Amino acid sequence: MSSRFINWFKFSSPATFYPLASKIAWVSALVAVVLIAIGLYMSFFVAPTDYKQGEGYRIIFVHVPASWMSMFLYVVMAGWAALGLVFNTRLSAMMAQAIAPTGAMFAFLSLWTGSFWGKPMWGTWWVWDARITSELILLFLYLGYMALRSAIDDPRRGDRASAILLMVGVVNVPIIYYSVKWWNTLHQGSTIKLNEQSSMDDTMLLAMLIMTLGFWAYSIAVAMVRVRTIILERERSSKWVKQLAVGENRDA
Amino acid sequence: MPEALDMGKHALYVWGSFGATALFMIAEPLLLRARSRNIRKRIARMARLDQEVNQ
Repeated sequence: MSSRFINWFKFSSPATFYPLASKIAWVSALVAVVLIAIGLYMSFFVAPTDYKQGEGYRIIFVHVPASWMSMFLYVVMAGWAALGLVFNTRLSAMMAQAIAPTGAMFAFLSLWTGSFWGKPMWGTWWVWDARITSELILLFLYLGYMALRSAIDDPRRGDRASAILLMVGVVNVPIIYYSVKWWNTLHQGSTIKLNEQSSMDDTMLLAMLIMTLGFWAYSIAVAMVRVRTIILERERSSKWVKQLAVGENRDA
Repeated sequence: MPEALDMGKHALYVWGSFGATALFMIAEPLLLRARSRNIRKRIARMARLDQEVNQ
């Protein structure tokens, strides 16, 4: 094979991926801090007050990015799990495991910020609306995956069993996304539409997109750091991990 | 406080949302760092024990 092509399979080995994950984590963390700082500034100082919802609408700048990330991370996680099942690569299952807590956190934040938005606008903290209920199911899917993963002692069996759960749960993601179209919901329709003009002011839209990219970079950084700890835990009896740990602690 | 940060009657809801998000997104990396350090230390200790046993 020509040397111009990257041999991706090389990085499917935890030992080769471990140092690369550190570099990706640092770059993503830096990007996340910069983007979130710009996003926060725009959220409060640039984006105008909404004519209908007043200042309360600003919750959108954390609510929408958190909700998008909760769905996106689930799909990415299920994708890694599926890859792990097909190619039987250890690292794929570790990646899925590394993403789960961050995805669960965003699903929770989506519900929390949604609730804090619902109270002043709809007069209630919670309603069993299709969008909100399906997002709650997403949170339970994350928690169910994490519980199942940690309940099985044999890591390889745990990988396979939890991968199947993840893949079945993917069906919930389009349900969340289209719930506002398919059912009459109290939750408003999509803010960003793929095939028509968005219903938002340009600066509001830009602030929301910057925050989303920031959350995205944050998720990559955290997942990379977490996958490194998972690699260490699961490969702890291998020679390279022992050498690495002894070397690092001697320097410290 | 700058005027732009005055959320009026929606202060509780806006700051309740941004505050919770900030709390989680700051706590997660910190907890992760602590966990990562613990694991490294534990593995190093086990590796050193191994070396001593084998010597």
